[in-house]
Amino acid sequence: MSYFCGSYPIIEKTALAGQIYSYTLHCPEAAEQAQTGQFVQIKAEGYTLRRPISICSADKEKGTLRLVFEVRGGGTDKISRLNVGELMDIIAPLGKGFTVPEKPEGRALIVGGGIGAPPMLDIAKKYGESCTAILGFRSFDRIILDKDYAAAGANTVICTDDGSYGIKGTIAAPLKVELDKGDISRVYACGPIPMLKAAAQAAKDAGVDCEVSLEQRMGCGVGACVVCACTVIRDGRRQVLRVCKDGPVFKGSEVVFD
Amino acid sequence: MSRPDISVNICGVRLKNPIIAASGTYGFGEEYTDLYPLEKLGGISCKGTTLLPKDGNIPPRIAETPSGILNSVGLQNPGVEHFINEDLPRLKRQDIAVIANIAGASIEDYEKTAARLDETDVDMIELNISCPNVKQGGATWGVTCAGAASVTKAVRNATKKPIMVKLTPNVTDITEIAKAVEAEGADAVSLINTLLGMRIDIHTRRPILHNNVGGLSGPAVFPVAVRMVWQVHNAVKIPVIGMGGIASAEDAVEMMLAGASAVQIGTAIFTDPYVPVKAAEGIEKYLSDNGIEKIGDIVGQVKPW
Repeated sequence: MSYFCGSYPIIEKTALAGQIYSYTLHCPEAAEQAQTGQFVQIKAEGYTLRRPISICSADKEKGTLRLVFEVRGGGTDKISRLNVGELMDIIAPLGKGFTVPEKPEGRALIVGGGIGAPPMLDIAKKYGESCTAILGFRSFDRIILDKDYAAAGANTVICTDDGSYGIKGTIAAPLKVELDKGDISRVYACGPIPMLKAAAQAAKDAGVDCEVSLEQRMGCGVGACVVCACTVIRDGRRQVLRVCKDGPVFKGSEVVFD
Repeated sequence: MSRPDISVNICGVRLKNPIIAASGTYGFGEEYTDLYPLEKLGGISCKGTTLLPKDGNIPPRIAETPSGILNSVGLQNPGVEHFINEDLPRLKRQDIAVIANIAGASIEDYEKTAARLDETDVDMIELNISCPNVKQGGATWGVTCAGAASVTKAVRNATKKPIMVKLTPNVTDITEIAKAVEAEGADAVSLINTLLGMRIDIHTRRPILHNNVGGLSGPAVFPVAVRMVWQVHNAVKIPVIGMGGIASAEDAVEMMLAGASAVQIGTAIFTDPYVPVKAAEGIEKYLSDNGIEKIGDIVGQVKPW
């Protein structure tokens, strides 16, 4: 597995919700290598640090990568000014992705919070109807990718913090309902830390394997600078690992969340 | 005219070009080989290494600044034995100068780490007496002449390897520290390490770095680094390795005109991983374009007013 660094043409750009953008790039070599849950480092002109953005979907046949990100500051704002036909400078694909069986067995449960929803879309595509996606957002106007998950065949459950759409509250209640059904073989989660912690605990209680994708402020993105540290208990030992290279995906049971 | 000679000799160690990856930004040379061979660089200063493995600081460990970053990694590293057994053999198989960067909480730590490295085929030892991100040791050695001299003296007695002492800019007069380590047998000095800084999230009122403060690097510090390299070059006889915000071949040439015999590139790699390669190529072109035969001919050749 290797990664690439270069400028690739933007072939599609859409606004998904306020300040959340979806870009599709034509970069066959990176798309060919990409694994679900990996990320890219996007150069923001005029900024020292690249912005780590998860890969929403990789299409190996078309040679494309889809990236979905939210504008949170000057750097992401700068990137969001790029338009179709222009080039995006990325390092990709990076990190260790989710474990997605070649032939899915049982049912997958996907838990996504806000901008944590994108990196698991290809899991839903793999599992199709044998998958439930519980996606939590702040409010109705912040919902993204619900139609994409539904189109992939996933039973899609939407929660909003303010109750403006779907189930009011966090993903905790529907998560328990799904796990109680007893047919979930794997849980995949990406979102805010309290959500990941809840998903990891619920999966552990149900005796189901769980993987979580972590976020941390990054430097290089390739494992050289050891800035994006996270603590895990692995092989019976407390270890400080790199989110960018050893992750961003870790077993839910090994991450020390506090 | 034949191709200009961009090789340099630093305390008896030959570098095929004057570009060295700066400690802490390039790990142990494994991470960028997907893009280009490590051998494109003249040297690598490996991640700061301590006698025993170290977990580093609680994240967040990085914050962006105008034209730079603050970091507070806190010397996370797998320890000198891991370096010697796992990293050094791989690095030594390649045509590149390998510099071990060592740090410690006590003089004894530095001594033992250096003595251990003395038994290996590492090319050079860089003494990190300027890390601003650890509570014990680190910069506390580097901010006084007596502290810097005592670590240098101890390491000098522990190894015959060339020693390069990395200096902190967070001092009143960096030339005094440089002279102090030169007097104790340092073979070279490298500068500057990061400038101590701080950023605060105005909404949470929390510092962005969990360590509250951290080291500033990147293009923001470049003029400070050029000034200090120039001052130190004029104050000592040993070679000066220049670093601090170099992001292009032009920056590297400027640093060498100020007095650097070679340069280290760090933070700029995060923006563009190819910067060290482009810098090496660009330096050669600068020499060609200006009819200069060898890189040494520009070192310290700034013409002050």
